[in-house]
Amino acid sequence: MLTKRSKLVVKRKMSLTERLYLPAIFNGLKITFSHLFKRTATIKYPEQTRPVSPIYRGMHVLKRDEAGAERCTACGLCAVACPAEAITMVAEERKPEETHLYREEKYAATYEIDMLRCIFCGLCEEACPKEAIFLTDRLIPSTYDRDSYVFGKDILVESIEAPVDVTKRQTPEVLEFKKDKKHYHNRTFNDAIKKSGLSAHK
Amino acid sequence: MELLVFKALLVLVVFLVSLGVAAYATYGERKIAAFLQDRVGPDRAGPFGLLQPIADGVKMFMKEEIIPSVSNKWLFILGPCIAMLTACMTGVVIPWGGELSIGESSFDLQIVDLNIGILYLLGVVSTGVYGIMIGGWASNNKYSLLGALRASGQMISYEIAMGLAIIGLVMTTGTLSLKEIVHLQDAGYANIVYQPIGFLIFFICAFAELNRAPFDMPECETELIGGYHTEYSSMKLGFYLFAEYINMFISSAVIATLYFGGYHFPFESMTGLEGNLLTLVQVLVFMGKVFFFMFFFMWVRWTIPRFRYDQLMHLGWKVLLPLALINIFATGIIMWLNGSLN
Repeated sequence: MLTKRSKLVVKRKMSLTERLYLPAIFNGLKITFSHLFKRTATIKYPEQTRPVSPIYRGMHVLKRDEAGAERCTACGLCAVACPAEAITMVAEERKPEETHLYREEKYAATYEIDMLRCIFCGLCEEACPKEAIFLTDRLIPSTYDRDSYVFGKDILVESIEAPVDVTKRQTPEVLEFKKDKKHYHNRTFNDAIKKSGLSAHK
Repeated sequence: MELLVFKALLVLVVFLVSLGVAAYATYGERKIAAFLQDRVGPDRAGPFGLLQPIADGVKMFMKEEIIPSVSNKWLFILGPCIAMLTACMTGVVIPWGGELSIGESSFDLQIVDLNIGILYLLGVVSTGVYGIMIGGWASNNKYSLLGALRASGQMISYEIAMGLAIIGLVMTTGTLSLKEIVHLQDAGYANIVYQPIGFLIFFICAFAELNRAPFDMPECETELIGGYHTEYSSMKLGFYLFAEYINMFISSAVIATLYFGGYHFPFESMTGLEGNLLTLVQVLVFMGKVFFFMFFFMWVRWTIPRFRYDQLMHLGWKVLLPLALINIFATGIIMWLNGSLN
């Protein structure tokens, strides 16, 4: 009796029209007939796609810089941040002749994301100090076996010819925000050392 | 000789049209179900999914055929054959249109005008239950047997009410020939005007005879896993399903013939159409009526939930049967008062 909307159920005898059932059936027919002309909510997938937000969290991309070198330095912050432990990587030191390939002195020789483990939370993107990993509005294509869901660098790194546009995720406000070193996740290793007053070369 | 060739051709045409309509009825059923439920329905095979029945047919043929080792093999094969045979046999007495003149001679668009056409229809329809019963029994499966028992109990129960409903019609028309019934409706009003209660009973019984919702007790996927055709696979299953749709086509045709003026349409004499053109229009009008009733069968299926078995028997024996008897007496009394009973 909290809402005063409760009704007492009375089991009464049905009237003749109710017992005939035919009026009720015709009402039902009327309702179903009206649905013949209603718009369907179906999206015919391969031809039509559902509109997604520009900051949709779909398949990852490993970005290159303006010169075409991979930005990832294999610091492992994304792997640490990942709550699903989907990211694994093997770091390697850059050789002198590879400067055009890798931006930093260290790079990821292998970089794998298990798309079946990934929960697309975007914490890797948040953790990345090098603006290297982003989630995009692309969907993970489905395949027939589990192994092919482990995406390596061959899929994740953007190609030089067809770069993946992430400007929508990097609005000026976002870029400005990332400079704010008060937030822990915006600090890089170098920032942390500076703040502690220690010299990086010690 | 000429007549024989024409009739043979007509048999072939009616057979092929029944099969074609049945095939596209499966498509129509799925489309209408989809629209009534705000879905799209099959639309992948061909434009608007129009090739879907062909894809389904090919699929049915390609499926592995399984005959259970514990089943009675001959009866197991005989079941769907009987179902299909009886389904195709009923189209024989239906008048599809007026007279078609080719050269000097003119022919009726009816394969054979039996003077006991209605009895023939009822007879063939009641034979159809053997297909289901034999199939379900021969499968040696509890679900199939229960489905078959339900089907035969239901069909036999509703045949009585159906037959009694038709008696009222036979009383007013005074004939058992379908062609004459159609002609009488052209002269006067459609029989629905004289026999509204009879029509209602006949229509409800048609649903039960067709094993369609809300009387789809024999199949009811949710309870009996498909009922009498649980053990069937491949094209034998296809035959059962197909026979059902042919039956739906034929019973729509019977309803249109008996109660809605057959191939005649209102103000037919005023249109000034003559000869083969008139016949063509008549056939189209008849098909229109038939398709409307097929649509109605589907429409009802996706509106009303299934009856419980005891409710079904209650409706058949305690409601429809007395109602049909009252209808007969009422018809008789009215005819006696009119003085048309001599």
